[in-house]
Amino acid sequence: MATPGDDLPPDATVGPGGEVLENPRRRDYLTIAAVSFAGVGAGVTVLPLINSMNPSADVLALSTTELDVSAIEPGQAIKASFRKQPLFVRNLTQKEQDEANAVPVSSLRDPQTLKDRTKEGHANWLITLGVCTHLGCVPLGAGEGENRGPFGGYFCPCHGSAYDTAGRIRQGPAPKNLEVPNYEFTSPTVVVVG
Amino acid sequence: MSFPWARHYEPKNPLTQWIDSRLPLPRFVYNAVGAGYPVPRNLNYFWNFGVLAGVALVVQIVTGIVLAMHFHSSAAGAFDSINGTIMRDVNAGWFLRFAHANGASMFLLVVYIHIFRGLYYGSYKAPREMVWLIGVVIFLLLMATAFMGYVLPWGQMSFWGAQVITGFFSAIPVVGEWIRIWLLGGYAPDDAALNRFFSLHYLLPFVIAGAVILHIWALHIPGSSNPTGVEVKGEQDTVPFHPYYTAKDGFGVGVFLILFSTLIFFFPDLLGHPDNYIPANPLSTPAHIVPEWYFWPFYAILRAFTANFILEAKLWGVVAMFGSIILLFFLPWLDKSPVRSANYRPMYRVAFWVLVLDVLVLGYCGGSAATPGIVVLSQICAAYYFAHFLIIVPIISRLERPKPLPNSITEAVLAGKSGSRMTETAVSA
Repeated sequence: MATPGDDLPPDATVGPGGEVLENPRRRDYLTIAAVSFAGVGAGVTVLPLINSMNPSADVLALSTTELDVSAIEPGQAIKASFRKQPLFVRNLTQKEQDEANAVPVSSLRDPQTLKDRTKEGHANWLITLGVCTHLGCVPLGAGEGENRGPFGGYFCPCHGSAYDTAGRIRQGPAPKNLEVPNYEFTSPTVVVVG
Repeated sequence: MSFPWARHYEPKNPLTQWIDSRLPLPRFVYNAVGAGYPVPRNLNYFWNFGVLAGVALVVQIVTGIVLAMHFHSSAAGAFDSINGTIMRDVNAGWFLRFAHANGASMFLLVVYIHIFRGLYYGSYKAPREMVWLIGVVIFLLLMATAFMGYVLPWGQMSFWGAQVITGFFSAIPVVGEWIRIWLLGGYAPDDAALNRFFSLHYLLPFVIAGAVILHIWALHIPGSSNPTGVEVKGEQDTVPFHPYYTAKDGFGVGVFLILFSTLIFFFPDLLGHPDNYIPANPLSTPAHIVPEWYFWPFYAILRAFTANFILEAKLWGVVAMFGSIILLFFLPWLDKSPVRSANYRPMYRVAFWVLVLDVLVLGYCGGSAATPGIVVLSQICAAYYFAHFLIIVPIISRLERPKPLPNSITEAVLAGKSGSRMTETAVSA
């Protein structure tokens, strides 16, 4: 037993029961180690909960779409579905390609050439997601007789974004060009998207 | 805390005494909403709206639990389970569904009046800041719950609302698109999104109920404010909550139910949108996407940003929309005037009514198609909204010369106008 007046080592204190604690920090170390370990454990347990909300395997399994484009005449477009999102496949006429190439790239909000947005040797095939880069509406212009907007490409009716014949944003609130997904031509008339 | 003259709970019979000594729940209720809670004697009908919001929450939880027994939360089955099974086959299903859908509107309506009551009478000021802060949290939870509930019928507006609202998150630089996909559990709204929205739509009302308990707890520390904004000075300034305000609130609940029933039975689709009776079609956007009426002012602020300025216009819109609510958290410290009630603040009173008009115009803009004229009007009104809180209120609170306050609540009451007008005695005092 000891009382606070006793001659004790400099880092020692007297415990509640009067016992001498020679190195009280040893107990702090154990507390900190235990709480930290429990904290890391709790944090790691949250990871699977968060990860479970990511797209599941059955959703990801839909991430490739094969399309036969042989029936699309120049000037026509079709709406397909890719990862449950609309996909626009458009066969550009020579005039539409020339219009897109005539625009100075530096004047664009999201500078890209038509060549950047199409595949080598398939410059007439503009394949983009049909999802407005503003807030995700489906722009008009892929269907027969739909409003293609002031730049002859696509027009989003929600907030008035207008895209040109290369699917590039030209007017309105959308920040980016229509997204070009990964795709390749497996034959002259078959495209695999994804 | 309670005032020293608050009545004490005294259980009379052996059973209530037995309960009180083991789990004093009846005592808790008595002190919270019974005779044990002294309340200023001069509350007007604007003080009904807290209780009305509570009634609306109970209505939503009760109707929602029963509706969930009949609802299929799948992209293939949701629309038919509501518009087919619940509306046509389930006994009284149409009533439950219309009560739940219009109940959301009634909830938001009374909450908006409750918030503007707080703005007018300075209820957010010391010592009630915490009541206000928790209230703003409840408002945010309520908006999230209402949005996710609107997605569940999986009609065109549901689907495209989900697409647009989760699209907000893609405005966040770098990780935005990843967050959007994580929230949806896919690349577009589908089964995964619908199921998690249903799960959260069922959970959040109970979180709200918990936050409401904190809201009332924080309120009962200083006690209720009143139309004069003058603090309670003695027993003569208060009456017990029960029976005085239980009766007054009961009358208000009756009026609330008349309006609510009128909507359910005579105009059940008045506040809805016809496009939501079309099943969700991921390949076709409705020509005119609008949220429910209670989101219109915020939707107008979102759409008011049309030009890039350092950040993208889209990000500005999202930041401003959330900012317009986050701003309310700072209000207790932006308004430095020591006078609470706008009845005694001639300049603030004008600014308050201009703000009400501004929010109504924003609501009109948010519900209209985004024509250039509407966009310009939204921009002016959105700018004014922020100016009100960040510039006008702080300046007024420095410049304004308030009218003389009554010496006490009782004095104001005895002068005939429970605080809505300056009293003779206040002038002479």
